[in-house]
Amino acid sequence: MERSPSSLKLFGSWASSYTHRVQLAMKLKNIQFEYIEEDLANKSEALLQFNPIYKKVPVLVHNDRPIAESVIILQYVDEVWSDRPVLPTDPYERSVARFWCHFADDKLGPAVGAVFASSGEVQKAAVDQVHENLALIERELREGFFKGKKFFGGESIGLLDIVLGCGSYWLAVFDEVMTDVKLVDPEALPLFHAWLREFEALDEVKETIPAVDKLLEYAKAVRQMLLGMSNNATADSPTATASASATAPVPDITVDS
Amino acid sequence: MAASGNQEVTLLGVRLSPFVIRVGIALNIKEVQYEFLEEILSAKSELLLKSNPVYKKVPVLIHDGKPICESMIIVQYIDDVWTRSGTTLMPTDPYQKAMHRFWTVYLDDKFEPSLYNLTMSQTEAAKAEAEEQTMAVLQLLEEAFVKMSNKGKPFFGGDTIGYLDIAIGSYLGWMRATEEIIGLKLLDDARIPLLCAWAENFCNNEAVRNVSPEIMKIVEYAKFLRSKYTPPPAK
Repeated sequence: MERSPSSLKLFGSWASSYTHRVQLAMKLKNIQFEYIEEDLANKSEALLQFNPIYKKVPVLVHNDRPIAESVIILQYVDEVWSDRPVLPTDPYERSVARFWCHFADDKLGPAVGAVFASSGEVQKAAVDQVHENLALIERELREGFFKGKKFFGGESIGLLDIVLGCGSYWLAVFDEVMTDVKLVDPEALPLFHAWLREFEALDEVKETIPAVDKLLEYAKAVRQMLLGMSNNATADSPTATASASATAPVPDITVDS
Repeated sequence: MAASGNQEVTLLGVRLSPFVIRVGIALNIKEVQYEFLEEILSAKSELLLKSNPVYKKVPVLIHDGKPICESMIIVQYIDDVWTRSGTTLMPTDPYQKAMHRFWTVYLDDKFEPSLYNLTMSQTEAAKAEAEEQTMAVLQLLEEAFVKMSNKGKPFFGGDTIGYLDIAIGSYLGWMRATEEIIGLKLLDDARIPLLCAWAENFCNNEAVRNVSPEIMKIVEYAKFLRSKYTPPPAK
Protein backbone atom coordinates (compact mmCIF):
# COMPACT_ATOMS: atom_id res chain seq x y z
CA MET A 1 0.00 0.00 0.00
CA GLU A 2 1.33 3.32 -1.16
CA ARG A 3 2.46 5.56 1.69
CA SER A 4 5.05 7.78 0.05
CA PRO A 5 4.35 11.45 0.86
CA SER A 6 5.46 12.76 -2.53
CA SER A 7 2.77 10.80 -4.38
CA LEU A 8 -0.05 12.12 -2.20
CA LYS A 9 -0.94 15.81 -2.06
CA LEU A 10 -3.87 17.63 -0.58
CA PHE A 11 -4.77 21.10 -1.78
CA GLY A 12 -6.78 22.87 0.89
CA SER A 13 -7.51 25.99 2.85
CA TRP A 14 -7.00 26.41 6.60
CA ALA A 15 -10.53 27.66 7.28
CA SER A 16 -12.27 25.20 4.97
CA SER A 17 -14.34 22.61 6.83
CA TYR A 18 -14.33 20.52 3.65
CA THR A 19 -10.53 20.42 3.78
CA HIS A 20 -10.68 19.48 7.48
CA ARG A 21 -12.83 16.47 6.62
CA VAL A 22 -10.05 15.02 4.49
CA GLN A 23 -7.31 15.97 6.95
CA LEU A 24 -9.20 14.28 9.79
CA ALA A 25 -9.65 11.07 7.79
CA MET A 26 -5.93 11.05 6.92
CA LYS A 27 -5.07 11.49 10.58
CA LEU A 28 -7.37 8.68 11.70
CA LYS A 29 -5.83 6.37 9.12
CA ASN A 30 -2.29 7.58 9.80
CA ILE A 31 -1.66 8.46 6.16
CA GLN A 32 1.28 10.71 5.30
CA PHE A 33 0.70 13.36 2.67
CA GLU A 34 1.92 16.72 1.46
CA TYR A 35 -0.40 19.60 2.29
CA ILE A 36 -0.61 22.65 0.05
CA GLU A 37 -2.35 25.72 1.47
CA GLU A 38 -4.29 27.61 -1.18
CA ASP A 39 -5.02 31.32 -1.11
CA LEU A 40 -8.63 31.19 -2.25
CA ALA A 41 -8.50 34.77 -3.49
CA ASN A 42 -5.55 33.85 -5.68
CA LYS A 43 -5.81 30.19 -6.66
CA SER A 44 -2.72 28.40 -7.90
CA GLU A 45 -2.28 27.12 -11.46
CA ALA A 46 -1.95 23.64 -10.01
CA LEU A 47 -5.36 23.79 -8.29
CA LEU A 48 -7.04 25.12 -11.43
CA GLN A 49 -5.41 22.36 -13.43
CA PHE A 50 -6.43 19.63 -10.99
CA ASN A 51 -9.99 20.85 -10.49
CA PRO A 52 -10.92 22.70 -13.68
CA ILE A 53 -14.65 22.02 -13.27
CA TYR A 54 -15.20 23.51 -9.82
CA LYS A 55 -11.83 25.21 -9.11
CA LYS A 56 -12.30 24.47 -5.41
CA VAL A 57 -10.56 22.91 -2.44
CA PRO A 58 -10.11 20.27 -1.25
CA VAL A 59 -8.49 18.32 -4.06
CA LEU A 60 -6.52 15.17 -3.40
CA VAL A 61 -3.85 14.28 -5.94
CA HIS A 62 -2.68 10.69 -5.74
CA ASN A 63 0.05 9.63 -8.17
CA ASP A 64 -0.77 12.72 -10.27
CA ARG A 65 -4.47 11.83 -10.51
CA PRO A 66 -6.83 14.36 -8.94
CA ILE A 67 -9.96 13.62 -6.94
CA ALA A 68 -12.33 16.48 -6.04
CA GLU A 69 -15.38 16.81 -3.75
CA SER A 70 -14.75 16.04 -0.08
CA VAL A 71 -17.21 13.14 0.33
CA ILE A 72 -15.84 11.51 -2.84
CA ILE A 73 -12.29 11.97 -1.54
CA LEU A 74 -13.25 10.41 1.80
CA GLN A 75 -14.65 7.32 0.07
CA TYR A 76 -11.60 7.08 -2.18
CA VAL A 77 -9.22 7.29 0.78
CA ASP A 78 -11.25 4.66 2.63
CA GLU A 79 -11.06 2.30 -0.34
CA VAL A 80 -7.34 2.71 -0.98
CA TRP A 81 -6.19 2.71 2.67
CA SER A 82 -8.31 0.10 4.33
CA ASP A 83 -6.88 0.44 7.87
CA ARG A 84 -9.26 2.09 10.34
CA PRO A 85 -12.29 2.17 8.00
CA VAL A 86 -14.51 5.22 7.91
CA LEU A 87 -17.47 3.79 5.99
CA PRO A 88 -19.67 1.12 7.60
CA THR A 89 -19.40 -2.35 6.05
CA ASP A 90 -23.13 -3.08 6.05
CA PRO A 91 -24.83 -1.85 2.83
CA TYR A 92 -27.85 -0.46 4.66
CA GLU A 93 -25.73 1.39 7.21
CA ARG A 94 -23.72 2.80 4.34
CA SER A 95 -26.85 4.07 2.63
CA VAL A 96 -27.98 5.77 5.84
CA ALA A 97 -24.57 7.41 6.37
CA ARG A 98 -24.49 8.57 2.74
CA PHE A 99 -28.02 9.94 2.99
CA TRP A 100 -27.23 12.12 5.99
CA CYS A 101 -23.97 13.27 4.39
CA HIS A 102 -26.04 14.37 1.42
CA PHE A 103 -28.49 16.13 3.76
CA ALA A 104 -25.62 17.89 5.55
CA ASP A 105 -24.26 19.38 2.32
CA ASP A 106 -27.56 19.82 0.50
CA LYS A 107 -29.68 21.39 3.28
CA LEU A 108 -27.87 22.07 6.54
CA GLY A 109 -24.69 23.63 5.14
CA PRO A 110 -26.44 26.11 2.83
CA ALA A 111 -28.90 27.06 5.58
CA VAL A 112 -26.06 27.85 8.00
CA GLY A 113 -24.29 29.79 5.26
CA ALA A 114 -27.44 31.78 4.62
CA VAL A 115 -27.64 32.71 8.31
CA PHE A 116 -24.10 33.98 8.21
CA ALA A 117 -24.53 35.97 5.01
CA SER A 118 -27.77 37.74 5.93
CA SER A 119 -29.50 39.79 8.59
CA GLY A 120 -33.00 40.86 9.57
CA GLU A 121 -35.98 38.94 8.25
CA VAL A 122 -33.95 36.91 5.73
CA GLN A 123 -31.66 35.77 8.50
CA LYS A 124 -34.58 34.86 10.77
CA ALA A 125 -35.97 32.60 8.07
CA ALA A 126 -32.55 31.00 7.59
CA VAL A 127 -32.19 30.42 11.33
CA ASP A 128 -35.58 28.64 11.34
CA GLN A 129 -34.30 26.43 8.51
CA VAL A 130 -31.20 25.54 10.51
CA HIS A 131 -33.28 24.67 13.57
CA GLU A 132 -35.59 22.50 11.46
CA ASN A 133 -32.62 20.70 9.91
CA LEU A 134 -30.87 20.11 13.23
CA ALA A 135 -34.16 18.87 14.70
CA LEU A 136 -34.25 16.16 12.03
CA ILE A 137 -30.79 15.01 13.06
CA GLU A 138 -31.77 15.20 16.74
CA ARG A 139 -34.75 12.97 16.00
CA GLU A 140 -32.52 10.32 14.37
CA LEU A 141 -30.34 10.39 17.47
CA ARG A 142 -33.30 10.21 19.82
CA GLU A 143 -35.54 7.61 18.20
CA GLY A 144 -34.21 6.77 14.75
CA PHE A 145 -31.31 4.92 13.22
CA PHE A 146 -28.64 6.45 15.49
CA LYS A 147 -30.52 5.95 18.76
CA GLY A 148 -28.24 5.07 21.64
CA LYS A 149 -25.01 5.52 19.66
CA LYS A 150 -22.11 7.57 20.95
CA PHE A 151 -21.17 8.62 17.45
CA PHE A 152 -22.95 8.26 14.09
CA GLY A 153 -20.27 5.67 13.32
CA GLY A 154 -20.96 3.76 16.53
CA GLU A 155 -18.27 3.55 19.22
CA SER A 156 -15.82 5.51 17.06
CA ILE A 157 -16.27 8.23 14.47
CA GLY A 158 -17.12 7.39 10.89
CA LEU A 159 -17.98 9.09 7.62
CA LEU A 160 -21.03 10.96 8.89
CA ASP A 161 -19.28 12.17 12.06
CA ILE A 162 -16.46 13.54 9.92
CA VAL A 163 -18.83 15.23 7.46
CA LEU A 164 -21.20 16.70 10.05
CA GLY A 165 -18.54 17.41 12.62
CA CYS A 166 -16.27 19.32 10.28
CA GLY A 167 -18.78 22.06 9.68
CA SER A 168 -20.72 21.93 12.93
CA TYR A 169 -17.87 23.62 14.79
CA TRP A 170 -18.90 26.79 12.93
CA LEU A 171 -22.25 26.77 14.72
CA ALA A 172 -20.82 27.83 18.08
CA VAL A 173 -18.52 30.33 16.34
CA PHE A 174 -21.47 31.94 14.55
CA ASP A 175 -23.52 31.99 17.74
CA GLU A 176 -20.66 33.97 19.29
CA VAL A 177 -20.19 36.36 16.36
CA MET A 178 -23.88 37.06 15.84
CA THR A 179 -25.08 37.54 19.39
CA ASP A 180 -28.79 37.75 18.62
CA VAL A 181 -28.71 34.37 16.86
CA LYS A 182 -28.72 31.00 18.59
CA LEU A 183 -28.13 28.10 16.25
CA VAL A 184 -27.52 25.35 18.80
CA ASP A 185 -29.61 25.45 21.95
CA PRO A 186 -28.40 22.56 24.17
CA GLU A 187 -31.89 22.32 25.67
CA ALA A 188 -33.64 22.02 22.32
CA LEU A 189 -30.95 19.73 20.83
CA PRO A 190 -29.48 17.80 23.78
CA LEU A 191 -28.28 14.76 21.81
CA PHE A 192 -26.81 16.74 18.92
CA HIS A 193 -25.08 19.02 21.40
CA ALA A 194 -23.69 16.04 23.34
CA TRP A 195 -22.45 14.36 20.15
CA LEU A 196 -20.73 17.57 19.03
CA ARG A 197 -18.96 17.94 22.39
CA GLU A 198 -17.76 14.30 22.22
CA PHE A 199 -16.57 14.84 18.64
CA GLU A 200 -14.69 18.03 19.48
CA ALA A 201 -13.04 16.38 22.50
CA LEU A 202 -11.26 13.77 20.36
CA ASP A 203 -7.53 14.30 20.01
CA GLU A 204 -7.55 13.82 16.25
CA VAL A 205 -10.28 16.44 15.92
CA LYS A 206 -8.50 18.93 18.16
CA GLU A 207 -5.39 18.48 16.05
CA THR A 208 -7.31 19.09 12.81
CA ILE A 209 -9.71 21.95 13.51
CA PRO A 210 -8.12 25.39 13.95
CA ALA A 211 -8.20 27.04 17.36
CA VAL A 212 -11.49 28.71 18.24
CA ASP A 213 -9.94 32.17 18.55
CA LYS A 214 -8.59 31.96 14.99
CA LEU A 215 -12.00 30.85 13.73
CA LEU A 216 -13.70 33.66 15.64
CA GLU A 217 -11.32 36.27 14.25
CA TYR A 218 -11.86 34.98 10.73
CA ALA A 219 -15.65 34.77 11.08
CA LYS A 220 -15.88 38.28 12.53
CA ALA A 221 -13.87 39.70 9.64
CA VAL A 222 -15.96 37.96 7.00
CA ARG A 223 -19.20 38.94 8.72
CA GLN A 224 -18.09 42.60 8.78
CA MET A 225 -17.31 42.43 5.10
CA LEU A 226 -20.65 40.82 4.26
CA LEU A 227 -22.59 43.41 6.25
CA GLY A 228 -20.53 46.18 4.69
CA MET A 229 -21.33 44.90 1.21
CA SER A 230 -25.01 44.56 1.96
CA ASN A 231 -25.11 48.28 2.76
CA ASN A 232 -25.25 48.79 -1.00
CA ALA A 233 -28.77 47.38 -0.88
CA THR A 234 -31.11 46.89 2.07
CA ALA A 235 -29.86 44.17 4.37
CA ASP A 236 -33.11 42.24 4.05
CA SER A 237 -33.27 42.09 0.28
CA PRO A 238 -32.45 38.83 -1.48
CA THR A 239 -30.15 40.66 -3.89
CA ALA A 240 -28.00 41.85 -1.01
CA THR A 241 -27.68 38.34 0.34
CA ALA A 242 -27.08 36.90 -3.11
CA SER A 243 -24.39 39.37 -4.08
CA ALA A 244 -22.74 39.12 -0.69
CA SER A 245 -22.51 35.36 -0.71
CA ALA A 246 -21.49 35.26 -4.34
CA THR A 247 -18.34 37.28 -3.89
CA ALA A 248 -17.27 36.94 -0.26
CA PRO A 249 -15.08 34.09 0.92
CA VAL A 250 -17.72 33.02 3.41
CA PRO A 251 -16.54 30.30 5.80
CA ASP A 252 -17.26 27.51 3.42
CA ILE A 253 -19.79 25.49 5.24
CA THR A 254 -21.97 25.96 2.20
CA VAL A 255 -19.69 24.90 -0.62
CA ASP A 256 -16.22 23.51 -1.11
CA SER A 257 -14.33 26.73 -1.73
CA MET B 1 -23.91 -11.51 -0.33
CA ALA B 2 -27.00 -12.46 -2.34
CA ALA B 3 -30.35 -11.36 -0.99
CA SER B 4 -32.96 -14.08 -0.67
CA GLY B 5 -36.03 -13.96 -2.87
CA ASN B 6 -38.23 -13.73 0.23
CA GLN B 7 -37.09 -10.25 1.13
CA GLU B 8 -39.61 -7.78 -0.20
CA VAL B 9 -38.48 -5.04 -2.52
CA THR B 10 -40.76 -2.10 -3.18
CA LEU B 11 -40.03 0.97 -5.27
CA LEU B 12 -42.07 4.09 -4.59
CA GLY B 13 -41.99 6.36 -7.60
CA VAL B 14 -43.47 7.99 -10.64
CA ARG B 15 -42.74 6.41 -14.01
CA LEU B 16 -41.63 9.59 -15.74
CA SER B 17 -39.01 10.64 -13.18
CA PRO B 18 -35.38 10.15 -14.29
CA PHE B 19 -34.46 9.55 -10.65
CA VAL B 20 -36.97 6.74 -10.37
CA ILE B 21 -35.88 5.32 -13.74
CA ARG B 22 -32.32 5.06 -12.38
CA VAL B 23 -33.47 2.70 -9.65
CA GLY B 24 -35.58 0.66 -12.05
CA ILE B 25 -32.60 0.15 -14.37
CA ALA B 26 -30.38 -0.96 -11.49
CA LEU B 27 -32.99 -3.41 -10.21
CA ASN B 28 -33.49 -4.80 -13.72
CA ILE B 29 -29.77 -5.29 -14.32
CA LYS B 30 -29.59 -7.24 -11.07
CA GLU B 31 -32.78 -9.17 -12.00
CA VAL B 32 -34.43 -8.24 -8.73
CA GLN B 33 -38.18 -8.80 -8.50
CA TYR B 34 -39.87 -5.74 -7.09
CA GLU B 35 -43.22 -4.10 -6.62
CA PHE B 36 -43.68 -0.66 -8.11
CA LEU B 37 -46.03 1.66 -6.26
CA GLU B 38 -47.01 4.66 -8.36
CA GLU B 39 -47.19 7.85 -6.32
CA ILE B 40 -49.34 10.88 -7.08
CA LEU B 41 -47.02 13.76 -6.28
CA SER B 42 -49.84 16.12 -5.34
CA ALA B 43 -51.25 13.51 -2.94
CA LYS B 44 -48.30 11.60 -1.53
CA SER B 45 -48.99 8.31 0.21
CA GLU B 46 -48.57 7.79 3.94
CA LEU B 47 -45.95 5.19 3.11
CA LEU B 48 -43.88 7.69 1.17
CA LEU B 49 -44.15 10.38 3.83
CA LYS B 50 -43.18 7.87 6.50
CA SER B 51 -40.33 6.39 4.45
CA ASN B 52 -38.78 9.71 3.41
CA PRO B 53 -39.78 12.21 6.10
CA VAL B 54 -36.78 14.45 5.36
CA TYR B 55 -37.39 15.14 1.66
CA LYS B 56 -40.80 13.51 1.02
CA LYS B 57 -39.61 12.66 -2.51
CA VAL B 58 -39.42 9.73 -4.87
CA PRO B 59 -37.69 7.42 -5.47
CA VAL B 60 -37.67 5.47 -2.24
CA LEU B 61 -36.61 1.84 -2.20
CA ILE B 62 -38.00 -0.24 0.62
CA HIS B 63 -36.06 -3.45 1.15
CA ASP B 64 -37.12 -5.80 3.88
CA GLY B 65 -39.04 -2.98 5.54
CA LYS B 66 -36.12 -0.54 5.50
CA PRO B 67 -36.28 2.62 3.37
CA ILE B 68 -33.39 3.93 1.26
CA CYS B 69 -33.64 7.42 -0.26
CA GLU B 70 -31.81 9.45 -2.95
CA SER B 71 -31.54 7.82 -6.37
CA MET B 72 -27.79 7.25 -6.63
CA ILE B 73 -27.52 6.21 -2.97
CA ILE B 74 -30.18 3.61 -3.80
CA VAL B 75 -28.24 2.51 -6.89
CA GLN B 76 -25.10 2.03 -4.77
CA TYR B 77 -27.13 0.10 -2.19
CA ILE B 78 -28.52 -2.18 -4.90
CA ASP B 79 -24.98 -2.75 -6.18
CA ASP B 80 -23.73 -3.59 -2.68
CA VAL B 81 -26.55 -6.00 -1.85
CA TRP B 82 -27.13 -7.91 -5.11
CA THR B 83 -23.74 -9.09 -6.19
CA ARG B 84 -24.34 -11.65 -8.95
CA SER B 85 -21.26 -11.77 -11.11
CA GLY B 86 -21.32 -9.84 -14.35
CA THR B 87 -23.71 -7.23 -12.94
CA THR B 88 -21.49 -4.92 -10.93
CA LEU B 89 -22.36 -1.29 -11.51
CA MET B 90 -19.36 0.29 -9.79
CA PRO B 91 -15.88 -0.37 -11.14
CA THR B 92 -13.47 -2.13 -8.77
CA ASP B 93 -10.70 0.45 -9.13
CA PRO B 94 -11.07 3.19 -6.48
CA TYR B 95 -10.03 5.94 -8.87
CA GLN B 96 -12.55 4.86 -11.50
CA LYS B 97 -15.18 4.77 -8.75
CA ALA B 98 -14.28 8.31 -7.80
CA MET B 99 -14.72 9.38 -11.44
CA HIS B 100 -18.17 7.78 -11.65
CA ARG B 101 -19.13 9.55 -8.42
CA PHE B 102 -17.67 12.90 -9.43
CA TRP B 103 -19.42 13.07 -12.81
CA THR B 104 -22.68 12.01 -11.20
CA VAL B 105 -22.41 14.85 -8.67
CA TYR B 106 -21.58 17.28 -11.47
CA LEU B 107 -24.44 16.00 -13.60
CA ASP B 108 -27.09 16.47 -10.92
CA ASP B 109 -25.57 19.80 -9.92
CA LYS B 110 -25.24 21.39 -13.37
CA PHE B 111 -27.05 19.34 -16.01
CA GLU B 112 -30.38 18.77 -14.27
CA PRO B 113 -31.13 22.48 -13.70
CA SER B 114 -30.01 23.46 -17.23
CA LEU B 115 -32.12 20.74 -18.83
CA TYR B 116 -35.08 21.72 -16.70
CA ASN B 117 -34.68 25.38 -17.63
CA LEU B 118 -34.43 24.38 -21.29
CA THR B 119 -37.56 22.22 -21.12
CA MET B 120 -39.47 25.05 -19.47
CA SER B 121 -38.05 27.88 -21.58
CA GLN B 122 -40.64 30.06 -23.23
CA THR B 123 -38.58 32.98 -24.51
CA GLU B 124 -35.74 33.01 -27.03
CA ALA B 125 -33.36 34.39 -24.40
CA ALA B 126 -34.22 31.71 -21.84
CA LYS B 127 -33.91 29.00 -24.47
CA ALA B 128 -30.53 30.25 -25.70
CA GLU B 129 -29.03 30.46 -22.22
CA ALA B 130 -30.31 27.05 -21.14
CA GLU B 131 -29.23 25.44 -24.42
CA GLU B 132 -25.70 26.79 -24.04
CA GLN B 133 -25.42 25.50 -20.45
CA THR B 134 -26.86 22.12 -21.37
CA MET B 135 -24.55 21.67 -24.36
CA ALA B 136 -21.53 22.72 -22.26
CA VAL B 137 -22.21 19.85 -19.85
CA LEU B 138 -22.72 17.38 -22.69
CA GLN B 139 -19.42 18.48 -24.20
CA LEU B 140 -17.60 17.78 -20.93
CA LEU B 141 -19.28 14.38 -20.68
CA GLU B 142 -18.18 13.60 -24.24
CA GLU B 143 -14.58 14.28 -23.18
CA ALA B 144 -15.02 12.27 -19.99
CA PHE B 145 -16.33 9.35 -22.02
CA VAL B 146 -13.08 9.14 -23.95
CA LYS B 147 -11.10 8.87 -20.71
CA MET B 148 -13.43 6.53 -18.90
CA SER B 149 -14.75 4.08 -21.45
CA ASN B 150 -11.40 2.39 -21.70
CA LYS B 151 -10.45 2.03 -25.34
CA GLY B 152 -13.67 2.14 -27.27
CA LYS B 153 -15.95 0.15 -24.99
CA PRO B 154 -19.66 0.98 -25.25
CA PHE B 155 -20.30 2.34 -21.75
CA PHE B 156 -18.72 4.58 -19.08
CA GLY B 157 -18.67 1.36 -17.09
CA GLY B 158 -16.81 -0.47 -19.87
CA ASP B 159 -18.46 -3.53 -21.40
CA THR B 160 -21.55 -3.28 -19.25
CA ILE B 161 -23.74 -0.48 -17.94
CA GLY B 162 -22.28 1.15 -14.84
CA TYR B 163 -23.12 3.70 -12.19
CA LEU B 164 -22.46 6.78 -14.34
CA ASP B 165 -24.21 5.28 -17.37
CA ILE B 166 -27.34 4.94 -15.25
CA ALA B 167 -26.97 8.47 -13.86
CA ILE B 168 -26.75 10.09 -17.30
CA GLY B 169 -28.90 7.63 -19.23
CA SER B 170 -31.89 8.28 -16.99
CA TYR B 171 -32.12 11.78 -18.51
CA LEU B 172 -32.28 10.60 -22.13
CA GLY B 173 -36.08 10.40 -22.27
CA TRP B 174 -36.43 13.98 -21.06
CA MET B 175 -33.70 15.10 -23.42
CA ARG B 176 -35.57 13.64 -26.38
CA ALA B 177 -38.84 15.13 -25.17
CA THR B 178 -37.18 18.53 -24.83
CA GLU B 179 -35.77 18.28 -28.35
CA GLU B 180 -39.32 17.67 -29.53
CA ILE B 181 -40.96 20.50 -27.59
CA ILE B 182 -38.29 23.18 -27.97
CA GLY B 183 -37.26 22.21 -31.48
CA LEU B 184 -33.51 21.68 -31.21
CA LYS B 185 -31.00 18.87 -31.27
CA LEU B 186 -29.17 18.01 -28.06
CA LEU B 187 -27.97 14.56 -29.08
CA ASP B 188 -26.22 16.02 -32.08
CA ASP B 189 -24.05 13.53 -33.90
CA ALA B 190 -21.88 16.32 -35.27
CA ARG B 191 -21.05 17.77 -31.85
CA ILE B 192 -21.16 14.79 -29.46
CA PRO B 193 -20.75 11.66 -31.62
CA LEU B 194 -19.51 9.41 -28.83
CA LEU B 195 -22.38 10.27 -26.51
CA CYS B 196 -24.85 9.70 -29.34
CA ALA B 197 -23.44 6.22 -29.97
CA TRP B 198 -23.42 5.61 -26.21
CA ALA B 199 -27.07 6.72 -25.97
CA GLU B 200 -28.12 4.25 -28.62
CA ASN B 201 -26.34 1.37 -26.86
CA PHE B 202 -27.84 2.43 -23.56
CA CYS B 203 -31.40 2.71 -24.80
CA ASN B 204 -31.24 -0.62 -26.63
CA ASN B 205 -30.38 -2.45 -23.42
CA GLU B 206 -33.29 -4.53 -22.19
CA ALA B 207 -32.94 -3.48 -18.55
CA VAL B 208 -33.31 0.12 -19.71
CA ARG B 209 -36.09 -0.40 -22.28
CA ASN B 210 -38.24 -2.02 -19.64
CA VAL B 211 -38.47 1.17 -17.55
CA SER B 212 -38.21 3.81 -20.27
CA PRO B 213 -41.44 5.75 -20.76
CA GLU B 214 -42.73 6.57 -24.24
CA ILE B 215 -41.33 9.90 -25.30
CA MET B 216 -44.81 11.23 -26.11
CA LYS B 217 -45.89 10.64 -22.51
CA ILE B 218 -42.98 12.76 -21.31
CA VAL B 219 -43.76 15.40 -23.92
CA GLU B 220 -47.37 15.51 -22.72
CA TYR B 221 -46.33 15.89 -19.08
CA ALA B 222 -43.65 18.47 -19.90
CA LYS B 223 -46.22 20.55 -21.80
CA PHE B 224 -48.44 20.43 -18.72
CA LEU B 225 -45.55 21.62 -16.53
CA ARG B 226 -44.77 24.38 -19.04
CA SER B 227 -48.33 25.66 -18.82
CA LYS B 228 -47.89 26.13 -15.07
CA TYR B 229 -44.33 27.41 -15.17
CA THR B 230 -43.35 30.85 -13.93
CA PRO B 231 -39.70 31.70 -14.51
CA PRO B 232 -37.70 32.81 -11.45
CA PRO B 233 -37.23 36.59 -11.00
CA ALA B 234 -34.33 38.04 -12.99
CA LYS B 235 -31.14 38.41 -10.86
